[in-house]
Amino acid sequence: MTAFSLEPTTSWYLVLSAILFGIGTLGVLVRRNPLVMFMCIELMLNAVNLSFVALARELNDINGQTIVFFVMVVAAAEVVVGLGIIVSIMRSRSTLTADDLAGLKG
Amino acid sequence: MILVGAVGVIVRKHPVHAALSLVLTLFGVAVLFVAQEAHFLAAVQVIVYAGAIVVLFLFVIMLLGVDRVENLRTEPLSGQRPLAVLASLGLVAVLITAILRGNQIFNERGTGLNLPDSQNGPDANTVQLAESIFSQYVVAFEVTSVLLVIAVVGTVLLTRRTRAATE
Amino acid sequence: MLNLLWLIPLSPLVGALLNMAAGRKLGDPRSGWLATSATLISFLATVMVYFELLGRQAEKRSHVATLFSWLPVGSLQVDFALLADPLSITMSLFVTGISTLIHLYAIGYMHGDAKFSKFFVYLNLFVFSMLMLVLGENLLVTFLGWEGVGACSYFLISFWHTRNSAAVAGKKAFVTNRIGDFGVMTAMFLAFSSVGSLSYGAINEAAHSGELAAVSATAIALLLFVGACGKSAQLPLYLWLPDAMEGPTPVSALIHAATMVTSGVFLLTRINPVLHASYAWVPTTVAVVGAATALFAATIAVSQNDIKKVLAYSTVSQLGFMFLAIGSGAYVAAIFHMVTHAFFKALLFLGSGSVIHGMHHEQDMRKMGALRKVMPITGFTFIIGWLAIAGVPPFAGFWSKDEILLYVFAKSPVLYVVGIFTALLTAYYMTRQVIMVFYGKARWSDHGAEHGAHGDFTPHESPRVMLMPLLVLSVLSVVGGAMQLPFSKELHFLEHWLAPVVEESEAYIGKSWAYQNKYLLLMLAIVVATTGIVLAVAVYAKGKFKVVEPKVLEQAWHYDTAVARVVAGPGAASFNLIAWIDTNIVDGIVNGVGQVVRGAAGSLRKTQSGFVRVYALLISIGAVAILGWLLLRGVVL
Repeated sequence: MTAFSLEPTTSWYLVLSAILFGIGTLGVLVRRNPLVMFMCIELMLNAVNLSFVALARELNDINGQTIVFFVMVVAAAEVVVGLGIIVSIMRSRSTLTADDLAGLKG
Repeated sequence: MILVGAVGVIVRKHPVHAALSLVLTLFGVAVLFVAQEAHFLAAVQVIVYAGAIVVLFLFVIMLLGVDRVENLRTEPLSGQRPLAVLASLGLVAVLITAILRGNQIFNERGTGLNLPDSQNGPDANTVQLAESIFSQYVVAFEVTSVLLVIAVVGTVLLTRRTRAATE
Repeated sequence: MLNLLWLIPLSPLVGALLNMAAGRKLGDPRSGWLATSATLISFLATVMVYFELLGRQAEKRSHVATLFSWLPVGSLQVDFALLADPLSITMSLFVTGISTLIHLYAIGYMHGDAKFSKFFVYLNLFVFSMLMLVLGENLLVTFLGWEGVGACSYFLISFWHTRNSAAVAGKKAFVTNRIGDFGVMTAMFLAFSSVGSLSYGAINEAAHSGELAAVSATAIALLLFVGACGKSAQLPLYLWLPDAMEGPTPVSALIHAATMVTSGVFLLTRINPVLHASYAWVPTTVAVVGAATALFAATIAVSQNDIKKVLAYSTVSQLGFMFLAIGSGAYVAAIFHMVTHAFFKALLFLGSGSVIHGMHHEQDMRKMGALRKVMPITGFTFIIGWLAIAGVPPFAGFWSKDEILLYVFAKSPVLYVVGIFTALLTAYYMTRQVIMVFYGKARWSDHGAEHGAHGDFTPHESPRVMLMPLLVLSVLSVVGGAMQLPFSKELHFLEHWLAPVVEESEAYIGKSWAYQNKYLLLMLAIVVATTGIVLAVAVYAKGKFKVVEPKVLEQAWHYDTAVARVVAGPGAASFNLIAWIDTNIVDGIVNGVGQVVRGAAGSLRKTQSGFVRVYALLISIGAVAILGWLLLRGVVL
C-alpha cells in the first residue's frame, strides 16, 4: 500500500471512480422512478470510463481510451433502446414506478 | 464537484433536478479526462453524453409528464434501504481494497501515449486514438455502427403505435 | 452323448410352449400325447447320459455343461450351467421316468375335462422346473427350479379353481413354501459371502478342505434345511401337503409323492459336505425333526377316511424317514428310499386315482369296499404297492427302509425305536386302507344314488391308458430293491454309483453293534411289518378288536386349527403392523421428502417478488460477496 499523499495519483482517480460506482448502485437500488434509475446506471458507466482513462494514462496504453470510446457508443445505443422501452410501457400509465412492474412475480 | 453531482442525482426528488445533477457530474468527469491526457474523449463526453443523452432524458420526461415528484420518505419494500446501503458500501470497500492492494502490479504495457506537445502536434491524442480505432479495432468499429442502426430501428419498432391503439 | 444334457430339461419346456400355443387346437387327447412324448424324450436322453457316465471312471463321473454366463456382476460369477453327476442323473432318471408314466395316466384320467391341454402345459412346465432343480450346477439354477416347481404346484393344486377349497389349498401351499424359500435365499447369500461362489463344486470343495468355517456351514445347512422343510413338508411346515390333495390325482402322484417333495432331500444330499462340516448337532436336528414328523404323520394317517389323505400323510411320514436317514449320515439309504418311495407311492396314488375314477369321483373310503372284484387290475397293483410300503420282503420298500433303520440304530437307539414304531404304524394304516377299499362288504351300492347314477351304480375298471403305468410301477416296486441289497458289498450298486458324491459324509458304521447284527435287525423289521398287518386285519377285517380312531388324530392333532389361530391372531396383527409401517413410515419417508421439497420450494418462491429493485439488490449483494471472497483468497483484482 502506497502512502496517501495529496497529489492526485492514479489511485485517487480509481478510488473516486469506485465511490461514484457505489453511489450509482445505491441510486439504482433506492429510487423508484424508472428514469432516475436509468440516470444512475449512466453514473456507473461514467465511473468505469473514468477508471479506464486513468489507467490508460498510468500504463501508457492507448487501448484504454479506445475502450472508453466504444463504451460511450454502446451506452448511447443502450439509452436509446431503454428509453424507448420505458416510453412504450409508460404511455398509458404516467404514475408508474419500478415497483408496479412486478409481472415476474413467482 | 463530481461527487456533489452524483449525490444529487440520487437524492433529488424531481427527475428534472436529478438530470441536471447528472450533467454536473458529467462535466466533472470530462474535466478529469482532460487531466488524464484524453482530450478527444473529453470532447466526446460533453457532446454525446451531456449533450445528447441527457437531452434525450429530458425530452422523455417532458413527453411523458413523469415529473411527478417521487416520495422519497417511504420505502414500500421493507429492508430494502438498509440493505442497499450495506451493499453499496460493501462494494465500495471491496473495490478500494482491491485498488490499494493492486498498486504494485502496475507496469508499463503499451507503446506510450502521444501527448500533444511540440513534438507531436496539437492533435496527437486524437490521431493516436484514431489510428487505434481504425486499424486495430476496425471490426469492432463496424459492428458498433451496425449496433447503432439496430438500436434505432428497434426502438422505433418498439414504440410504434398501431392503428387500433390510437383510436 | 453328454451334449444331450441340454435336451433333458429343454424337451418338456418345448412341450409346454407348444401346448400353450396350440394345445386347445390339438385337443383331448392329442395335447396329452404331445406332453407325454416330450417327457419320454427327456427320459431317453437321461438314459443315454447315464450310460455315458457309467462308462467313465468313478472319479470322472462329473460333467458341467455351461450355456451362458448368467450373472457376471463383479465378484459374483454365476453361470447358467447343468451338472451331470451320479446324484443328479439318478434323480433325473426317476423324475423323467415316472413323469412319463404319469403323463400317460393323466391322458386317461383328465379325459373330458374342459381345461385338458392347460393341464399338460402345467405338467410339462413342472417337469422342466424339476429338472432344472436337480440338474443345476449352482444354487441359483436350482433355486430357479425350486421356485418353478412351487409355482407349478400352486397352479396344479388349484387347477379346479372354481372350487373354493382348491383355491385355498393352492394359496396355502404357495405361502408355506415361500417361508422355506426365504431360508434358501438367505442360505445363498451366506454361501456367497463365505465362499464367494454359488456353485456346488466350489461350496463343497470349500467344505471339504476346511475353508468353510463351521459356523457358516451350520448356518447354511440349517437355512437350507428350513427350505427343505417347506418343500418336503416336514414339521412345522407340512400342513400344505394334505390340503394339496385338492388337486387332480396325477398331480398328487407326480408332485406330492415322487418329485417335488423330494427336492428337500435332494438339496441336503447335494450339499452333504457342508452338512458334514457343520456342528455335530445339526445332522442330529435334521434326524430328530425327520423322526418326529414321521411319527406324527403316521399317527394321523391311522384315522383318515379320505383315500388320498391317507396317502398324503403317508408321504409326509416317509419323507420324515428320508430326513432321518440324512441326519444319521445315511445318504445312500436316503436316496435309495427316495427312489423306491417314488415307485410305490406313485403307484399307490395312481391306483387311488383309478379307484376314484371308477367310483365316479368318490373319495371317502367308508363308501367303498370289495372293489377287488370289480377293479381287479387296480386292486392287484395297489396290493403290490401296499406290500412295498409296509416293508414286506422282497418288495422294494423293505430293503430301503431296513437300510435306513440300520444306520439310525447306529446313530441312536432312541431314534431307532421311533422309526420302528412308525414302520409298525405304516403297515397298520396301509393295511386298513387296503381292507376298507378292496375287501370287505361292498358299501358303494348304499350310496349309489349320490352319484347321480341311473339304475344300478357299479364301479368300473379304468381304461388301458391308465392301467399301463400301474403295471409298470408295480414291476418296479417289486424289483426296485435290487439296487442296494444288504447281503454283500458287491451288491451295493447304488452305493458304488453315488460314491463320488457322498463318500466323505457317509456315516461309517462298519464297526458298530448295529452292523454286526444287521440280520437281527432285518428280522425285527419283518416281524414289525407283519405285526402291523395282522393287527389291522384283526381290527378291520375280522372285527376282533374295537376300531380305535381317536378324533384328535383325525383332526391332525388340531395342528391346522392351531396354526390358523396363530396366523389369524398375533400373526395377522403383526402383518398389519408391518403393512402400517410400510405405508406410513417407508412411504411416509418417500412422500415426506416430496413434501419437504415442496415446502422449501414454496418458501423460496417468496424471493421471486417481481420487484426489479429487489433483484438488483440481491445481485449487488452477491457481487460484493464474491469480490470480497476473492480478495480474501489473495487474488488481486
